[in-house]
Amino acid sequence: MLNFIIRRTLYAVPIVLGVIVLTFLLFRVVQTPESIATMVLGPKATRQAKDDFIRREGLDKPKAVQLGEHVKKLVTFDLGTSWKTGRGLGETFIEGAGPSLMITVPGFLAGLITAVGLALYQVFVRNSLLDRSMTVAAVALMSIPAVVYIIVLQAIGALMLNYFPASGFDWRGLGTLKFVALPIFVIVIVNLGYDARLYRAIFIEEIGQDYVRTARAKGVAPTRVLSVHVLKNGMIALITLTVAHLPALIMGSLLIENFFGIPGLGNVLVMAIQTGDLPVVMASVYLGSLLYVASLILTDIAYALADPRIRLS
Amino acid sequence: MSTFLSHWLTQDLLVIAGFSLLGWVLWSGSHHERWQRAWQRFRADRSGVIALWVVALYLLVGALEVLHFPDGQGGSRSVLDRFIGGIPIEKSYSAPLAHTLLSEAKPEPLLSRHLLGTDALGKDVFTETLKACKTTLIIGGLTSVIYIPLGTLFGILAGYFRRRVDDAIQYVYSTIASIPSILLLISVILVLGKGLGTMSIALGLTAWVGLCRLIRGETMRQAEQPYIAGARALGQTHWNIITHHLLPNVLHLVVINFVLGFSNIVLIEAVLSYLGVGTPVGTPSWGNMIDSGRSELSRDPLVWWNLTAATVALFGLVLALNLFGDALRRAFDPKRG
Repeated sequence: MLNFIIRRTLYAVPIVLGVIVLTFLLFRVVQTPESIATMVLGPKATRQAKDDFIRREGLDKPKAVQLGEHVKKLVTFDLGTSWKTGRGLGETFIEGAGPSLMITVPGFLAGLITAVGLALYQVFVRNSLLDRSMTVAAVALMSIPAVVYIIVLQAIGALMLNYFPASGFDWRGLGTLKFVALPIFVIVIVNLGYDARLYRAIFIEEIGQDYVRTARAKGVAPTRVLSVHVLKNGMIALITLTVAHLPALIMGSLLIENFFGIPGLGNVLVMAIQTGDLPVVMASVYLGSLLYVASLILTDIAYALADPRIRLS
Repeated sequence: MSTFLSHWLTQDLLVIAGFSLLGWVLWSGSHHERWQRAWQRFRADRSGVIALWVVALYLLVGALEVLHFPDGQGGSRSVLDRFIGGIPIEKSYSAPLAHTLLSEAKPEPLLSRHLLGTDALGKDVFTETLKACKTTLIIGGLTSVIYIPLGTLFGILAGYFRRRVDDAIQYVYSTIASIPSILLLISVILVLGKGLGTMSIALGLTAWVGLCRLIRGETMRQAEQPYIAGARALGQTHWNIITHHLLPNVLHLVVINFVLGFSNIVLIEAVLSYLGVGTPVGTPSWGNMIDSGRSELSRDPLVWWNLTAATVALFGLVLALNLFGDALRRAFDPKRG
C-alpha cells in the first residue's frame, strides 16, 4: 500500500512542475515586465517608478534565472509577497483558509447529502412522471448561472426578509453561523442540479447490476436494496466524480465569498484580480492545482481501499 | 488587426463562414448511416425538437445583429437594428411599460414606452437583451473554433498512435486539467487583456481538455475494430485512416460536446463578467446585465427587470442547449440514454 501511495505521488510531480512552468510562461514570458509594471502601478506611473519596480522584483533578470528562482521558491512553499499590501502570502492564505473552509466544507457535505438523497429517491420512482420531471427540473436548475442564485438569494434572504446579515464574517461561536448560513445554502443550490443528475445516472447504472437482482430475489425490501446495496456500490463512482467536480466548487466559493464579504481565499483572489496583484494570482493557481492533484491522489487511495478488486501493482 | 476584425464586412463574412461550416458538418454527416439513424430517432424526441427550434431562434437573432449593411452615411447598421432600432434613449431607469422615469422626486414623462423598461443609461432593456445574443454567439463561436479542432485532433492522434504521442498529449492535458479552470481562465485573461477575443482564447485553452479526453477514448475503441486493421492491411496511409475512417466515427461525439459545451460557455461568460474579467463594459451582454442587477436589487425602488430579462434570456438558451444536447446523445446512443 505504501509503495502504491509513493508511486502515485511521484506521478504527480511532473504535473505540478508543469503547472509551475505554465504559470511562469503566462505571467513572465507572455507578459512583458513593462506591461506588468503598468498593470500594478497604473497607467500614470512615471518611467522612473516603473524601472524601480522592475528592478526590485527582479523582472529584468534573464528568464531562465527567474524560472529557477520561481521553482525553488514554490517548492519550498515560499509563496512570495503581495505587491499591493506587501504582506507574506503564506500568512494571507492561512488566514483566509479558515473562513473559506467554514463555508465550503459544510456546503459540500450538505450538497452531497441532498443530491444523493434526491437521486436515490428518483431511482426509487424511476421512469415515472415524477422522475422525469425531477430530471427536467435538475437541468433547469443547472441552466441558471451561479451569479443569479447568489444575487437573488441574497436579496431575498438578507434584504427583504432580513433573516441574515447581507455580508460580513465574524468568529464568534454560534454567531458565525448567522453569517455562513446563507452562503452555505447558496453553495448547495448552485451545485444541486448538476450533482443530482449525475448521481441519478450512477445509481441507475448500479440498479441494472446482478447483485441488485440477487438481493431482490432473496427478499430484501426495495428501499433497503437502494439505501444499503446500491448506495454503497454507487459511492465508489460517486467519490471519483465528486473530486473531478472540485474545481467547480472552488469557482462557486470564489464568487460567494466575494459577494457575501467573507474574508476567505476566494475574496483574496478576487481583490487581486481587480488590482492586478499577480503574485497572489500565481500563488492561487499553484495552490489550487496542488489541492486538486492531492485530492486526486487521495481519491485513488480511497478507491483502492474501498474496492478490493483494484490491484495496487 | 482590430479595425479589420471589427469592420462590418469581415463580421458578415465570419457569420456566413460559421454557418457554412456548421452546414458542411451536417451535410457530410447526412451520408453516414449512424447519423441517418440518429436523425430518425431524434425526430421522434419531442423535447429535443422543440429545444432545437429554440436554439435556432437564438442563432437567428444573434446572426441578425452581427450581419451589418452600409447605412448610406459611411457607417453601418445591423439588420436587427433595422427591425427594432429607433427606440429613443431615456435619461435613466424606467419600469416596464411605465409612463414616467423611475424617480419619486419628480416623475418626468418618457419619450416612449418600453416593453421591459430601461436600464441605468436609459437604454431599452428588450433591445439590449436581444443584442446580447450577438455577444454570446461571438464568444461561443470563437471559442468553439479554437477548442473543437484542437481537442478532436489531439484526441484522435493520442488514441490512434498511442505510446509516445499519447504520453505527451496526456501530460499536457493533465497539467492543464489540474489547474481549476476558473483560475486558468482568469490568469489568461489578465495576461492577454480583457476583450471578447481574449476571453474566447482563454475559454478555448481550457475547454479542449474535456473533448480531447473523450475523443481519445473513443478513438482507442474504434482503432481496435477490424475495419481499421483492414484499412491498414490495404496499405492506407495514417492520414487517410484518420480522416476517412476515424474522424467520421467520432464526429457525433464532437457535435454533442459542441452543443453541451456551448451552454457552459454561456454560463461562464456571466461568471467572468461578474468578476470583472468578462465582456467589456458597454458591450451588451447577459453577464453584464446580471452584474448590474447586483446593485439594482438593493436599490429602492427595486429595479428587477434588467436582471430578470437577462436571466430569462440566458436561461432559455442554456436550457434549450442542454435539452438538445441530451436528445442528441440519446439519438446517437439509444442504449445509454
